[in-house]
Amino acid sequence: MGWRTVFVATGLCLLPLCGASANEQLLKLETDANQWVMPTHDYSAQRFSTLNQINRENVQHLHPVWTFSTGVLRGHEGEPLVVGDIMYLHTPFPNIVYALDLNHDGRVLWKYEPRQDPSVIPVMCCDTVNRGVAYGDGKIFLSQADATLVALDAKTGEVAWQVKNGDPAKGETMTSAPAVVKDKVLVGISGGEFGVQGRMTAYNMKDGSLAWRAYSVGPDEQILFDPQKTMSLGKPVGANSSLNTWQGDQWKIGGGAVWGWVSYDPKLNLVYYGSGNPSTWNPSQRPGDNKWSMTIFARDIDTGVAKWVFQMTPHDEWDYDGVNEMILADMPVKGQMTKALVHFDRNGFAYTLNRETGALLVAEKYDPKVNWATHIDMKTGRPQVVPQYSTQHNGEDNNTQGVCPAALGSKDEQPAAYSPKTGLFYVPTNHVCMDYEPFKVSYTAGQPYVGATLSMFPPKGDQNLGNFIAWDASSGKIVWSDPEPFSVWSGALVTAGDVAFYGTLEGYLKAVDVKTGKELYRFKTPSGIIGNVMTYTHRGKQYIAVLSGVGGWAGIGLAAGLTKGTDGLGAVGAYKALSNYTQLGGSLTVFAVD
Amino acid sequence: MILGLRGRCVGLALLSLAVGVSAAAADQGQNQKPYIVKDGKVDKNTYNGWRRYTESCMRCHGPDGSGSSYAPDLTQSLKTMSEDTFKSTVMGGRVNVGQANENVMPSFAEVEDVTMYLDDIYAYLKARSDGVIGRGRPQKLTAMNEGPHG
Repeated sequence: MGWRTVFVATGLCLLPLCGASANEQLLKLETDANQWVMPTHDYSAQRFSTLNQINRENVQHLHPVWTFSTGVLRGHEGEPLVVGDIMYLHTPFPNIVYALDLNHDGRVLWKYEPRQDPSVIPVMCCDTVNRGVAYGDGKIFLSQADATLVALDAKTGEVAWQVKNGDPAKGETMTSAPAVVKDKVLVGISGGEFGVQGRMTAYNMKDGSLAWRAYSVGPDEQILFDPQKTMSLGKPVGANSSLNTWQGDQWKIGGGAVWGWVSYDPKLNLVYYGSGNPSTWNPSQRPGDNKWSMTIFARDIDTGVAKWVFQMTPHDEWDYDGVNEMILADMPVKGQMTKALVHFDRNGFAYTLNRETGALLVAEKYDPKVNWATHIDMKTGRPQVVPQYSTQHNGEDNNTQGVCPAALGSKDEQPAAYSPKTGLFYVPTNHVCMDYEPFKVSYTAGQPYVGATLSMFPPKGDQNLGNFIAWDASSGKIVWSDPEPFSVWSGALVTAGDVAFYGTLEGYLKAVDVKTGKELYRFKTPSGIIGNVMTYTHRGKQYIAVLSGVGGWAGIGLAAGLTKGTDGLGAVGAYKALSNYTQLGGSLTVFAVD
Repeated sequence: MILGLRGRCVGLALLSLAVGVSAAAADQGQNQKPYIVKDGKVDKNTYNGWRRYTESCMRCHGPDGSGSSYAPDLTQSLKTMSEDTFKSTVMGGRVNVGQANENVMPSFAEVEDVTMYLDDIYAYLKARSDGVIGRGRPQKLTAMNEGPHG
């Protein structure tokens, strides 16, 4: 299934650095603050830049210096790359890639537009988003919506090779950015709402041949687990650790889609990523813990075999996908220097783990309104679920009311940033609750397989649907919190200039003081921002750039806004139409201080 | 064209026959609504329509039929679209791909959870379009006060 054909074309080695292995090259490039060479900025996914020309003192003089319209209307997630003098910019479906010449205010050097069957559009869960391209070995890698991974010559845009990574007829699509690690390109698969069997696949960067494929759910040989060596909270997982937690063949349509970000620790030789919701959203149709959906995987990059796993939400009842980014930081945790992995899960808990062993160190709520579980049991890692908010406990055809967070999670894919200077994490969050009614559904290949209704609204007593927070991952506490009228659906950037940047759904690019959260600058871009803020230098000058273009899951509320779905929760923020603030349209805005 | 659906909408089927015959008959037919709403509460079919809508349609057409950034507001569409056109669009899908649009609605003809409850989904959306129910989860009438229902 999936991997079928490899088209090999000639790929001329034109970039100066492409003689070195991609591993050495990218390990060097990721530390060069002048460029932005991978979707996560660096392998640790910290999104921290050492650039400080734009700083707390002068950021109020920031202003747009050039803009670029992408020509596409749908939701624009992700961020462009900058390699040398070229910016590589992607769009949602039809997944255009532009190479823009930074020497000439973004003149188009080449444009690649794949021909894709538009029948893939409706099998994309929530808008036709794409989270960006990756770079390695003189090539640009694009995950197309139709589940094709394509390698383009970075200099010319010509196709070097392409490979089919999934079947859209079964609801398998691609939205996440590829990751280049060593000599491999890693791509996940989307389709958790279509009953796919989620997986991460590694292709050899040279020719697109298959290196390994690791499913999230299924038999040990499919999930690449070693029953004795793959660990969960310090113990071997044992044989059939996934199959034992599913009834019958449900795992075959069991979800665990892989559509988030990938991080990598070169010293440990491990890649980290998370898996999404088990299918369906109706928990009664899939008894058991549904392993390894909702799980952090640490896998050996060479073999794909899992070293350790940690499941955040066993037997999900709320759609709390575990795909959010894994930020790697060497930092003190409860007084001890730790090789930490910090993960802000959709379920509203921020987890700090030892990334070498998978040991759980901290798990605390990063939004005080989170109510579905009282706490995480630190021995078992299991959330202590409150029966009132358990859609399984309340059962099929019953409406479970006032669950916080909503299915959007306290945070979705929009990545947080970490400043080693302050030791704090800067986190864009959603502040939304829901009613959730599961009901029985039947599976049809390539059709939505959801089985729940939901209504979303702000938490009781609050008007704001989002917050931008600073988080201490050692103590598990919020340091400061800036309320936002809408969910903050834009990835953060933090710099050595002591400024954190993020975008808002109304379209503002904002800069805030890393210490206090005080707003230092705002500019309203042409459309709502669900892209991630990035920075680079060109000819010695620092720039800040961000994609605008409202849409995605956030766009679902654009037309009419969220509504209070039930009585008894107060009539707060009953109608909040985002369309009063912004409209569709993809564009890039580049800022500088003169 | 009614495509193998449960025959609940007898009134509407008669209506479509009657339109060309006499205005009086049509006026009478217009009183036949596909939903029952009393004091803001809905019959069980209309309620089920909301559930099934949310299951299969909400991801594109937005909460409560109100549209999204990439699919139309059905409460507006149904002000002019006939029941037959609505149903044939659900069954056959629709493609609108051009310079500025990349909108594709799939065919739901093979989706049991839609085809079996298409009347209910229509009833719900029509009630929304007619403005007799608002946003959010509709309140159910109890069996006692629901009254006779085809």
